[in-house]
Amino acid sequence: MEITRDQVLHVAKLARLALTEDEVERLGAQLGAILDAVSKVSELDLADVPPTSHPLDLVNVWDEDEPRESLPLDDVFANAPERDGDLFRVPPTT
Amino acid sequence: MIDTLRLTAEDAISLVERREVSAAELHAAYLGAIAERDGELHCFLRTCDEPHGSSIPIALKDVISTKGIETTAGSRILEGYTPVFDSTVAARVKAAGLSVLGKTNTDEFAMGSSTENSAWGPSCNPWDPSRVPGGSGGGTAAAVSAGLAPWGLGSDTGGSIKQPSALCGNVGLRPTYGTVSRYGVVAFASSLDQIGPVAKTVRDVALLYSIIAGRDPLDSTTAELPEVVALPEGDSLAGVKLAVPKQVADLDAIEPGVRAAFEAALDQARELGAKVGECDLPLSYRYGMPCYYLVAPAEASSNLARYDGVRYGPRVAGATFGEMVDHTRDAGFGPEPKRRIMLGTYALSAGYYDAFYGQAQRVRTLLIREHRDALDGFDAIVTPTSPTVAFAIGDKAADPLAMYACDLLTIPSCLAGLPGLSIPCGLSEGLPVGLQLVGRQFGENGLFRLGHALEGAIGFDTVPERLR
Repeated sequence: MEITRDQVLHVAKLARLALTEDEVERLGAQLGAILDAVSKVSELDLADVPPTSHPLDLVNVWDEDEPRESLPLDDVFANAPERDGDLFRVPPTT
Repeated sequence: MIDTLRLTAEDAISLVERREVSAAELHAAYLGAIAERDGELHCFLRTCDEPHGSSIPIALKDVISTKGIETTAGSRILEGYTPVFDSTVAARVKAAGLSVLGKTNTDEFAMGSSTENSAWGPSCNPWDPSRVPGGSGGGTAAAVSAGLAPWGLGSDTGGSIKQPSALCGNVGLRPTYGTVSRYGVVAFASSLDQIGPVAKTVRDVALLYSIIAGRDPLDSTTAELPEVVALPEGDSLAGVKLAVPKQVADLDAIEPGVRAAFEAALDQARELGAKVGECDLPLSYRYGMPCYYLVAPAEASSNLARYDGVRYGPRVAGATFGEMVDHTRDAGFGPEPKRRIMLGTYALSAGYYDAFYGQAQRVRTLLIREHRDALDGFDAIVTPTSPTVAFAIGDKAADPLAMYACDLLTIPSCLAGLPGLSIPCGLSEGLPVGLQLVGRQFGENGLFRLGHALEGAIGFDTVPERLR
């Protein structure tokens, strides 16, 4: 299956990856080969088969709605690249 | 002198309980073994110098969050990340008195079959350091075989506990989906991920499973165990019925030496009184791999969306928020996670969802039905765990599809949510061969009884020949 450069760039944008030129080329070829292998699933006519999203027969699991203590804010921010008071600081969106 | 190479977890616990050895002396003995042999093997990403528990040590795969101990999942994007809380499994092993000995190497985000995808370099197989220990949990498996830890925990999505145990010659259990909490464990593919034990004996694996298993209010995908975990005893397999899938005979990927060790194990089972019959899993071996490599990357692409440089991990600067996120992710993820994120994003994207992800989920339903039918009238399905013995480091690193094929025999039962136990069943070319036993959902006790009886008959020496 051929994956075009534009398709790679489109998927990379959806996946939030700023790929280098080398990566765009390499991933295009590799994805094509992998998609060829996994496309085998399309051989089957499965219109009447329900999809499985989870292998256990669990239905809704309910827990008591009891308030519990949260992590202290200093813990929450302990691994943050940049903190601004009680907020995570990030660059401007535009 | 404590011989960590031969000591089982059960024996280590009894040494401590009889006060023949203190928890601190035992911890120091393993750190000594690590100092001696881990320079060559690279099983541990970091070790903990002081024991904090009253019992024996344990190694934890680096996807398991440990409060105050760096947890990277083998990825640069989590470099320096120090959890501020314990995962449920870490909390449970600590509550049982176990001390965290260290964090073990893994393919990045548990994506791989050799540990070569770790951002921190591969681990080596203690039977032959020029070969891989399997993956993704190669660090834990190699550590247990090399006497660097009495036991450990791994995580298994498509074979990451069973396959490394097979390649390193020890016992690994992928439990029934939903029996062990994933709270605080770095997620790969949530409809498949399971945590499970690795040890030298089936009894050790059963004991560790009893410590970690059971419903956790913090993970709503967990279920109560229908029965208490029983440590296996006895050496008879009278009345036990094992099924070999017909397709195994035609799988060219299985090496002759692996096949020979597998056949010999079946003969041992017959001698112990088991009946060996045949089952049919045609769809599992034809569509299992393609199904898995759609479902798992799709879920991974969603799970790995959280690594955005905002709340944890290193950040690459950018003029805008979007630039910062895109560059942080490109710099932080290695080639395999990028490949799977791209594949999964593609399979979930508009216009392709039904043909790829949706279709794979329907195939999964067929595989579940096929396994249910295959187990009808049998206690377990038996196959080799891995089609090959440990391969040379570098052999498959450049070919993603060759690497994916390592999981041919472990993937189908993972998709079906079934428990699988790998026990060593012999050597081929001087390297361990694993036997995979797959049971019904929540059928762990049955697998333990079977595995325990077989391991006694097989009498495999878990200490690598070059270390004896």
